[in-house]
Amino acid sequence: MTPEAGMIGVGLSHYLTLAAILFTIGIFGIFLNRKNLIVIMMSIELMLLAVNINMVAFSSFLNDLVGQVFTMLVLTVAAAEAAIGLAIVVVFYRNRRSIEVEDINTMKG
Amino acid sequence: MIIATLAFYLFAIVAVISALNVIFQRNPVHSVLWLILTFFNAAGLFVLLGAEFVAMILVVVYVGAVAVLFLFVVMMIDINITTIRDGFLKYLWVGASIGLILLIELAVVFGGWVMSPESEGLRGAPAPAPGAVSNTEALGLLLYTDYVYVFQAAGLVLLVAMVGAIVLTLRRRPGVRKQKIHDQVNRRVADTLEIVKVETGKGAS
Repeated sequence: MTPEAGMIGVGLSHYLTLAAILFTIGIFGIFLNRKNLIVIMMSIELMLLAVNINMVAFSSFLNDLVGQVFTMLVLTVAAAEAAIGLAIVVVFYRNRRSIEVEDINTMKG
Repeated sequence: MIIATLAFYLFAIVAVISALNVIFQRNPVHSVLWLILTFFNAAGLFVLLGAEFVAMILVVVYVGAVAVLFLFVVMMIDINITTIRDGFLKYLWVGASIGLILLIELAVVFGGWVMSPESEGLRGAPAPAPGAVSNTEALGLLLYTDYVYVFQAAGLVLLVAMVGAIVLTLRRRPGVRKQKIHDQVNRRVADTLEIVKVETGKGAS
């Protein structure tokens, strides 16, 4: 089940690096796409995916299954978050005809 | 061994490229499609790690449900694509600097990371020996026994999300003729039909 980390093999650090890169891309996407709320939500999904890669990598290299159990929990929460968030986006678009971040200032007072 | 290494680099590089495409695409529909490619490659990485069940769940849940939901909403909402990149450069350096700082922090954390010798004893559920039971069976044996409350809590989270999404998006528009099945079923003859005895030559009033 556990791949051996040799000279040419892929170790835990490879997976952690990949997850870090994906997480950073997600953060970057949040700052970059200020005109489109949906792409911001996709960036959040990317960050959650990076967390999942971290957990599954640790689970595999430590031979501990709990990481995979909690990966499924994160998947559940991500699906719930996407459903609620997209519902809010749809309701907001109905009211304001826009999904730009700058336009979401109704509660500013 | 060499094939596993090559597969890792293939999946990793394609995942990073498609993740970059998710945030840089002009058209949100293309972003969703690149996101699906990212999830497929992450699922491939999970298979390489020996977590087949989570890989399949990732494909089913993310590609089958979440990405399709995103696609529906993107296509339902009419976005002006030409103005979508206004102020792109204004936030580019903010995002780039914050991303760079975060990447350096993560590199510092992961670079100085060592496995503690007693970490083997601290494992919550040591994985069974390879070949004894499959990954799916081992996860099932764990999920329905030790983590059954977590499992139930996940179900509750999904229920709340479902109810919340329906409550948020349901609206009753005036002037729309809809079938009201409850009213139709509960309709009685006495409510609508009146039988009148009509005398000859007088007519019904």
